[in-house]
Amino acid sequence: MSVSEQELDQFRLEVSTWLRENNPGDPGFLLPESFMEVGTDEQFEYLRNWQRKVYDAGYLGMSWPEEYGGGGKPQVFQDIVSQEMARQRVPFMTNTIGLNWAGPLILQQGTEEDKKKYIKGILNADDIWCQGFSEPDHGSDLGNAQVKATKDGDDYVINGSKIWTSLGSYAKYMILLARTSNEGPNKYAGLSFFLAPMKVEGVNPQPIKKLTSEYGFCQTFFNDARIPANSIMGREGEGWQVAMATLMFERGNVGGQAGGLSMMDINVNDVLELARRSSRNGKPALDDPLIKDQMVQFLIEAKSNALMGTKAKIPALNTERPTAIAMSGKLRGSELKRRFCQFAISLQGANGGRFVSPEAVDGGKWQRIYFNSFSATIGGGTTQVQYNIMGERVLGLPKS
Amino acid sequence: MSTQISFTEEQSMLLDTAMDFCSKNSPINLVRSRIEEAQSLPSDLWSSMVALGWAGITVPESHGGLGLGVTDLVPVVEAMGRNLMASPLVWSAISANTLQQAGSDEQKSAWLSKIANGAVATMALIESDGSWQLSNPTCTGSLEQNLISLSGTKCFVQDAGLAELVLVSIQLENQPRLILLERSAIPEQALQREVVIDETRRCYSLTLDGIKITPAQVLPGTCFDEIEQTAMLLLSAEIAGGHASTLNLIVEYLKTRKQFDQYIGSYQALKHPTVDVLIGLEATRAHLYHAATVFETGSPSEKETSVRMLKAVASEGFAFAGDRAIQFHGGFGFTYECDAQLFLRRAIFCQHQFGDETHQRACLANTLIDG
Repeated sequence: MSVSEQELDQFRLEVSTWLRENNPGDPGFLLPESFMEVGTDEQFEYLRNWQRKVYDAGYLGMSWPEEYGGGGKPQVFQDIVSQEMARQRVPFMTNTIGLNWAGPLILQQGTEEDKKKYIKGILNADDIWCQGFSEPDHGSDLGNAQVKATKDGDDYVINGSKIWTSLGSYAKYMILLARTSNEGPNKYAGLSFFLAPMKVEGVNPQPIKKLTSEYGFCQTFFNDARIPANSIMGREGEGWQVAMATLMFERGNVGGQAGGLSMMDINVNDVLELARRSSRNGKPALDDPLIKDQMVQFLIEAKSNALMGTKAKIPALNTERPTAIAMSGKLRGSELKRRFCQFAISLQGANGGRFVSPEAVDGGKWQRIYFNSFSATIGGGTTQVQYNIMGERVLGLPKS
Repeated sequence: MSTQISFTEEQSMLLDTAMDFCSKNSPINLVRSRIEEAQSLPSDLWSSMVALGWAGITVPESHGGLGLGVTDLVPVVEAMGRNLMASPLVWSAISANTLQQAGSDEQKSAWLSKIANGAVATMALIESDGSWQLSNPTCTGSLEQNLISLSGTKCFVQDAGLAELVLVSIQLENQPRLILLERSAIPEQALQREVVIDETRRCYSLTLDGIKITPAQVLPGTCFDEIEQTAMLLLSAEIAGGHASTLNLIVEYLKTRKQFDQYIGSYQALKHPTVDVLIGLEATRAHLYHAATVFETGSPSEKETSVRMLKAVASEGFAFAGDRAIQFHGGFGFTYECDAQLFLRRAIFCQHQFGDETHQRACLANTLIDG
């Protein structure tokens, strides 16, 4: 379906107006920075209401099929909404795991019944989703997951524990990778994938205090928890393939996500703005040629990432290693953010040593974002694992 | 800021043709054997390039060229860079552009169609202090009885040994100007080969002392910004090609060389920086085709910003790739026989022509931060 430029411009104007009029504004308490930092009920309710409002206005899941609750429109409309949301700095969509990972997965691989059951609740935030992949002893080595799922009549009985379950306390469902067998040719063969209900006996999400001293993650304990056998996605032993497909959505390697923001947008221009009002030993910080040079380097790097995004869409310019840009997106973006936050702290003189408090520069925002930036350099496969994946799958180097 | 890239059918075809042509005509053993020769490429190879129309890509159709933009030269130069091919193409094209922008009608008529038909032109812009500021030459011309006598020395005049025309920057009555020097007006001893780090290139110093020209040889206009930006764009295209081949060279070695019973590519200490070389290449090519797009359509400030960012990213990326290529080849990398040195030499040469990354960032700071 082709859409005219004029129609798109008109739509952008409409969205932009709606966002300006409906932005829920400052709630009067500290908002989390991403879906991984939702730690209090008031934060959660505020964000859930916002997502519902966006969905009701028709600005979420715009490219998903209409029969399941989506908008049935070309992707470009959703992209415009996401761009305008970033521009206007409205709050993010809290049900990110549902919207951007579980949802597209269900649309891609789920049964008709799954789609009817889950998609709408994901979009209107009635049903919050969490992810049960990592385990305390198996983070990067996901294929070694040990949580057990044992078939018993019409149920699977789940035992063990998952960690880093964002939104665990609020979630109704979990995308769960569990071991149904220890047999088979390798560790991957015994894994299965479930769309597991959370509100059942024996599932106990325990909040974890993070390095920022905030909450938001859980360790989820399963103690003889019974989930229906038909909550399995695919067949027994196919869990690894389904989990990999999920990670492709999570890392943004493929499209199909519902859209919207999943974190507070912070970019290099915010750092530049900070640099402009920072001083160093009584003089403007940007008068220091080294600080200025570092600032320009960050501006260039951000531009590089943006331009790579454009280039990735032109097949004739990507004939040799067509996946290189998409596969490196998370690694490039998250590492850049981590480093520019370090730089932002370095602009603060002695105040670099403060943390969230009224005396801190911008209330300690930069220190908090720096700490939280590790969630993206570690979560979804650490930067170091991403380097291995790039080396092996994109460059064809031997496995480490 | 715009992130637009338009890659036309025309450019795509030129890239395919040029990739094919350059890999056939510039295999690595030929590149090596050319190093000992007087000129950077054999005359029949230049004739074939001219026959493909490349020498006239940027020359208007009215003067016998293809009438395309510098943008269309980018894929050709990238392909040349991939195969470490040296040729007078880039400087002939920049000379033609300069004539078009700053030359008189007579000068254009006299030279543009010749250049399109393969007459080699080059430019003498750099001097011994290595300054990148093109509009501040110290070589001079002084008017004496209707003749201008020149003095001073130019450096890094590429392919001057093949050139029929050299465009030279001088100070004339305290103004930076460009002049036309025909080969016949240059005494033989005035051109001396320079030793440069990239041995595929032929660079000369040009001593102007004693040479006299007529006022008709002075270009009526100047376009130093345009020259600088076009040089940065095309150098970066060459860098992008060289960077791609360096990556391939590293990857090939990492997949075949074994130490401690393991392919060395399985070691993360080598694998991870190689991924950085790949990401650097993707960044350079993204900036390259963006700057090429902006060259056609952007405002002067967008044009300057995009091409400076490009040159910064490209220079740094290729220098890193070349440096790691030597290191990852181990003892073999330390030898002249290993091809990695050819790429590192090329990288360092290109990095230091028309502004390295720190220079570019300092210029960018003026527009992005102070501006």
